[in-house]
Amino acid sequence: MTPEQEIELRRRQRSRSQITALLLGLFVVLMFAIAMAKMVINQ
Amino acid sequence: MTVIPLTPVEAVPQPLPADWRDLLALTKPRVMSLVVFTGLCGLLAAPGAINPVLGFTAVLCIALGAGAAGALNQWYEADIDALMTRTANRPLPAGRMTRQTALHFGVGLSVFSVVLMGLATNYVAAFWLAVSILFYVLVYTVWLKRRTAQNIVIGGAAGAFPPLIGWAAATGDVTALPALLFAIIFLWTPPHFWALSLFVRTDYAKAGVPMLPVVAGNAVTRRQILLYTLPMVAAAIAPWPMGLTSWIYGIVAVGLNAIFLWLAVAVSMNRASEPAGMAPEKRLFKYSILYLFILFGALVADRLVLV
Repeated sequence: MTPEQEIELRRRQRSRSQITALLLGLFVVLMFAIAMAKMVINQ
Repeated sequence: MTVIPLTPVEAVPQPLPADWRDLLALTKPRVMSLVVFTGLCGLLAAPGAINPVLGFTAVLCIALGAGAAGALNQWYEADIDALMTRTANRPLPAGRMTRQTALHFGVGLSVFSVVLMGLATNYVAAFWLAVSILFYVLVYTVWLKRRTAQNIVIGGAAGAFPPLIGWAAATGDVTALPALLFAIIFLWTPPHFWALSLFVRTDYAKAGVPMLPVVAGNAVTRRQILLYTLPMVAAAIAPWPMGLTSWIYGIVAVGLNAIFLWLAVAVSMNRASEPAGMAPEKRLFKYSILYLFILFGALVADRLVLV
């Protein structure tokens, strides 16, 4: 792997990690909101 | 003992991981907008009120399911996508992603969307979401698209599921109105896609996809467009005389369908064989997108005014 490819690999890994972290955070918020909504409906 | 001389092994280049923008492109975001809109309209047109969080989750699941189906479609069709100008720059034919990545992404997103739909709303909606994904991937993409000129007719059902899923998410069942919404999109699909395939015919022919103009010619395709428009018009107006909607939807539906029919007649009378002379087909294609947005918008407006 050339140095340029190495840099590109690291850049992609970093951006994918950031997107994954963001999506996981949103998923946690969504699951919390769904749980709250279900609790309100079942009251 | 024989000694095998060691030879230097040539380094095999490792493919770079796919960029997240290419994963997003795999979901066909532009197609998704119509799917999300019709799904949302099905949800809003349903009787009763759904919790906003659960409604949002249902629409999100419909979007993710459509994206997953789009990804699996591109995974299977990478070879023919490479042959068409319109699709040659997609992540797979352009070599920016491995097929395995697309497959894993598509299957993972499919399972996620169906499970989340089941947990957030109900299992009827999750069932229809799963059916729509499987129908699009297995029936349309794998089975029909490369084998028959009727690919669009039956495959169109896959795109007709979202309002039915939205309705099911809100109510837990499927009644006459969502079935009619399904029928409208199902019957709308052939005129919409055949109008497009008339003026991008060379692209489909190059890829060997048996679209109707390629197999049966322009005259037959134009006649079929008109023939499918007639039941579509009937299905689109039907909710009004059946008492499922009020005059608000009825008047909009009559107006929109009169224009659609007029444009379809213009297409049926056109004799041009080159894309340059296919203004009626281009007009019908553009109008058909607007038609669906306004028709479903009118359905929601009808519900909101009545409530």
